[in-house]
Parts: sequence; structure tokens; C-alpha cells
Amino acid sequence: MPKSEERMIDKDGVRIDGRKYNELRQTKIEVGILSNADGSAYIEQGKNKILSAVYGPHEVHPKHLALPNRSRLRCRYHMAPFSVEERKSPAPSRREQELSKVIREALEPSIFLEYYPRTSIDLFIEILQANGGTRCAGITVASLALADAGIPMRDLTTACAAGKVEGQLVLDLTDNEDKKGEADVPVAYMPNLDAITLLQMDGQLTLEEFEKTINLSLEGCKQLYELQKEALKVKYVAVKEEVEE
Amino acid sequence: MLAEGNYIAGENTFKKSEKLYSTRVGLVEYDERRVSVVALKAFYTPAVGDTVIGKVTDVTIGGWLLDIKSPYPALLRASDVIERSYRPQKNELSSIFDVGDLIIAKILSYDRTRDPRLTIREPDLGKITHGRIVKITPTNIPRMIGRKGSMITMIKQETNCQILLGQNGLALIKGKNIEDEQLAVMAIRKIESESHTSGLTNRVTEMLKKEKTKKSDT
Amino acid sequence: MSTVARIKRTQIAQLMEKGKRLDGRELTAYREIKIEMGIIEKAEGSARILLGDTEVLVGVKIEVGSPFPDTPNEGVLTVNAELVPLASPTFEPGPPNENAIELARVVDRGIRESKAINLEKLCLEPGKKVLVVFIDVYVLNHDGNLIDASAMAALAALLNTKMFKYEIEEEEIKKKPGYDPLPMQNYPIAITFAKINGKLAIDPWLEEEQVMEARLTLTTEKDGKICAIQKGGTGYFTVKQIVELAQTAREKASEIRKLLVKE
Repeated sequence: MPKSEERMIDKDGVRIDGRKYNELRQTKIEVGILSNADGSAYIEQGKNKILSAVYGPHEVHPKHLALPNRSRLRCRYHMAPFSVEERKSPAPSRREQELSKVIREALEPSIFLEYYPRTSIDLFIEILQANGGTRCAGITVASLALADAGIPMRDLTTACAAGKVEGQLVLDLTDNEDKKGEADVPVAYMPNLDAITLLQMDGQLTLEEFEKTINLSLEGCKQLYELQKEALKVKYVAVKEEVEE
Repeated sequence: MLAEGNYIAGENTFKKSEKLYSTRVGLVEYDERRVSVVALKAFYTPAVGDTVIGKVTDVTIGGWLLDIKSPYPALLRASDVIERSYRPQKNELSSIFDVGDLIIAKILSYDRTRDPRLTIREPDLGKITHGRIVKITPTNIPRMIGRKGSMITMIKQETNCQILLGQNGLALIKGKNIEDEQLAVMAIRKIESESHTSGLTNRVTEMLKKEKTKKSDT
Repeated sequence: MSTVARIKRTQIAQLMEKGKRLDGRELTAYREIKIEMGIIEKAEGSARILLGDTEVLVGVKIEVGSPFPDTPNEGVLTVNAELVPLASPTFEPGPPNENAIELARVVDRGIRESKAINLEKLCLEPGKKVLVVFIDVYVLNHDGNLIDASAMAALAALLNTKMFKYEIEEEEIKKKPGYDPLPMQNYPIAITFAKINGKLAIDPWLEEEQVMEARLTLTTEKDGKICAIQKGGTGYFTVKQIVELAQTAREKASEIRKLLVKE
């Protein structure tokens, strides 16, 4: 295999897309962009383009799914057929079903579900374009959509992955880095409560490397948290400035 | 997300080991030791005594189900509407209110375990026969009313319209002609988009006056 | 999900506060493990694991198939899990639900990421024909911690899998008499913890799973490296807890590995 000679990280520690080991991809977040949804948000993290929308809390359909003491959070993570190199069948894959579950479990701790018994909150995450780390970006953007819907929350949830590529620990892996790298550790985090709500890993890491990687992920989460708050401010302050001009 | 120390958690906040966090995006208000957040966006949560505007979505044996734009559907019982003792065999409920009808009602009871129940046994409540319905974000309703009702009174005067605000985020506007109603709608839209800014009442008044002169010119 | 009596919930939580559990175990004690290998003759490999009252059967089938286009020189590994309705009143017939899918994918991740099977040795004809290893996890009785039991059973089944001998004759694959063992090179072991009322317990059984806030599964390899992690449930963990659990998982995994792998 001649092509694998291409290095992902050069000798100065600069990655193939010009980033340093602890640098996030260029990230842009917008809140409240879909008029139909009760809450919505959009994120571009590198080449990832992800849209998220929230409906509810509202009556549960079918009715027997209603929980007597709290609201039911339902989550669908879905990739558009054109989001990846080779067309993906629009039917939900096993990967998408697993991700829907772990994303739901990553966001549930942040929401005061007990305030709205017998209802459901429906959360949709559509991956329009994928380039690695979509589950994390999906969580980051979905948390904002929930906030935009006016759903009471303990904190925003933010998520970021770190991993090991060519022996070095790096933050926010692209698809290529993930495939060629040795390990990938996605983490979701609520900074105010110091709570990790999603943790997965694949690849190979020693205990020491793992501890470092998880801390690197958290650094990324904290940076994204600032961007999240910024995006919320932009949405709600923009109107104010418009008037004052 | 908010404050730290010995504070009392007010609306839209929660406390965890001396730290106070906001649960919604909003503006912070401090009142003595009580900290609350005025949410910039939230959906309607029913409260007993609220006047709401609802749409009939279903006619059942014992009454009507209404969509009041809250997490829960509201129930209006037949016995509340029909004075004499109600017999399902005789009275055809859909001849009183049918699916699609809009109804102004008050919330009679509501708690965690049961869906809200409505009543129309008060003056000015009941079926809406004419007028326009405008959506408002429920959290903006205090702004719509203004300090001591200044905003809403002003709009009513300037536009010659009757305006009824449903706490659930729907407003009913009744005017003498479509132009007046249109003007009131414009005012509400303006408040809606600029709700968390100051000096709003004056700007809305200005806008209404300007629009009125424009109309009288043509 | 069936409802758990409120007193049981507080009972479990109070006991854990004292470092004890409802079934008499310590917080760091694993349930007894029983392993039976090769019990399904028609399958190339099989194993049944009893973890307390949790019972999982795994069958391995090997067939000839085509490789994935991005890995033309490697055999294919697929893991499927069935929560068979006879195993629990909460399991229903029908296509795998998200729990079954998660279970299969966590087992898959452990085997795949640790490179437990040398997939390159399963290539018959680069880009055209490879061996496909089907691992089917069959949960027969659900008494908690299906992940660990399934991962263990899958590894045990792979260890006694017999691969038919073959030869390639004019682009035709012909089976020859006799068998080879599967080319195994690593032995991943999954260890799961439950967080209940802030306390952590290894190998949760059913009643603990019903009240737990969150669970964490760590899969470690024979050299102690971590190769897969999965957090589940609606609670959360702190970094300190996670690092502690990783250490415990490594130690427990090497104990359990000795039961399965006789070197």
C-alpha cells in the first residue's frame, strides 16, 4: 500500500489540515433557524454540517409510550444519503440506532424531564455532511436546540472527541484521522456540574494515555461550551442591536 | 450559569450546593436575595385562572378536547357548558362546539397528574365568532400588556380594536374593519421581535401613528 | 421496563452506602462464571456463559463472502445480538431494538478494536473472496450485565471455533477434510459497572440495573490496554470515577481472562 506513507502529522506536530494537536476545527453555530420547530440550531464544525430541531414537550403518540412521572425524550440521529462519500441508504442503520440511543442518554441528564409528565420531547439530528465526530457535534447542536425550545435544563451539554493519531494525542478528529488513527474517545460533558454523560472509545490506549485523552476531550468541550453560549447570546442580542442602530 | 452564594432560587432557576444556575435562556432579575430569570423563550405551561384560547380537536362523550398550545391538551366538560343536566343520548355535543372551533376559556384545574380542565362559565368566555388570531411567544405576554397595562391600552386606543390576550400565546383581535386589525397585528409583531429592548412602548406608538398618517394620505 | 418497588430502590441504595449489595456481594465482587464450550455441533464455534443467573449462548458461523471494498485483504466480522423473548418478560419478538443493537455493537467493538481475530489470515483471494465470521449472541436468561456475559461468551466461542481447511483450485474454493483453529491474537474482556446513588458496583445484576443511574463498560486487552468503552444510562460520571473504574476493570479482566484462555 504505497499511499499510507502519507503522514497525518508532520514532524513539527502540525496536522494535515494545519491544526495543532489541541485545536478544534473551525466551528460556526447558529441558533433558532427553523421556524416550524419549537427549537432549532445548526453547527458547522470543519466539514461537518449538522441541523437539529426540537418539538415539544407535547402529547405522546402513540399514547401508551407516555411516562406517568416524567417526559419521554425521543431522539433520532440520522445521516442524509448524500452526507458521505458513498451514498448511504436512508433507512436507519445499526450505527445510527446505537448513536440515537447514546445521544439521548447523553442529553437526558441535562433536562428537567420530571417537570412535564406524560409528554414527549422529540429531538431530531440530521447530518447533512459528515466528516468525523458527528455524534459529538450532534450533541453540541442538539443541546442548543433544546435551549432554544425553552426547555428547562440544568446545563448545556457539549461534546468533543480526542484520540491518538500516529502516536500523538489530538483533539477533535476528522474522519480521516479517526480511520487511520489508533484510538478515538468521544465525550459529552456538562461543565457546570462536572458531569460526563457520554463516553465511548474504540482503538487502543494504555491507562495513562486514556486519562490524558479524556482530559484533552474535556478541554475541547469547554471551548465548545463558550461557543454555545456565544451562539445563544448572538441569537437573543441581535434583535436588540438591530433596534438600537 | 448564574450566581453563587446564599440566594433563593426564583423562577427558571435551580440550586446545587450554593450555586445557582439558570434553566432557560433569559434575562436575570435580582430582587433582594431572590434571583430569577425572565425566559426569552418558553412554551406555555398551564396555570389555574389563566385565560386561554384553544382550538377544539376532538368531541368525546363527556366533552371537548382543546389544543391550548401547551404540553397537555385541555378538557372542557359538557356539564360546564350545558345548564340543564346533561344526557349523552340527547345532546349532540358537536352541535354546540365542533372540531376546529376556537374557544376562549379559563383554566379551572391543573396539576402534575391530570390534564388541565377548562371552564367557560364567566362573561366574555365561549366560542370566538369573528376576529383575527395572532401567535405570541408566551413569555412576551407581560411585554404585550406593558406596565400597568400601558402597552395594550395604547394599542387598543390607536387601532380601535378589542384585543384579548390568551396566556397560552394566542391573541384575539376584533376591529371595525380589516385595516384596523392589520395595524394591531403589526404592533404585536413589532413587540414580538423586539420584546427584550427598552423604550418599546414609545416606538410602537410612533410606528402606529406613522402608519395611520400613511393610510390617511392615500 | 418494569417498575421497581420504591423500598427496593432505597434498600439497594442504602446497602451500597455501606459497601454491600442486595445479593450479598461486595461492591467489587463479580458473580460466579460458568463456561461451557462447543455445545452446538452445527456451529463452527459456540459457548454458553452463566454469569450468576444471566445466561448467554453464542454461536459462530463461518462462510465464504466478499470483503469490504476498503479492506480487500481482510476477512469480515459481524456481530448480531438477539434478546430472545424467552429470556425476560420485557423482551419482545421482532427486529432487534436499540438495546440489542447496542449490545451487539459493544461486543463487536471489543473484538474488532483489539484485533482479537487476525482478519488478514481470513483472506482467500484479495478483493474477491474472504471468510466471514458471524457471531450471533443469544441471550437466554436476563439477570443483568448482558454486555459482559455476551462479550465473554463471544470470546469463548471464537476460541473454540474450527475453521475448515480449504484450497483454491482454478479460482474455486474447495473444502478439505480437517479443521484449523481461528487465528486469534488478542483476548478482550469487557467489565461493566453500575452507578447507583453515586456509588459504583461491578457486574450489576438485574435489580441493580433497574435502579442504576448510569453504567460504564470498559473493555481491556491482554496487555492491559483499553480498547473499547461504552457509557449507558441517563446519569453521568466524573473523570476521577472513570479513571478509577478503568484500573479496576483492568485487574478484573485479567482474572477473567485466565478462566477463558489457557495458555
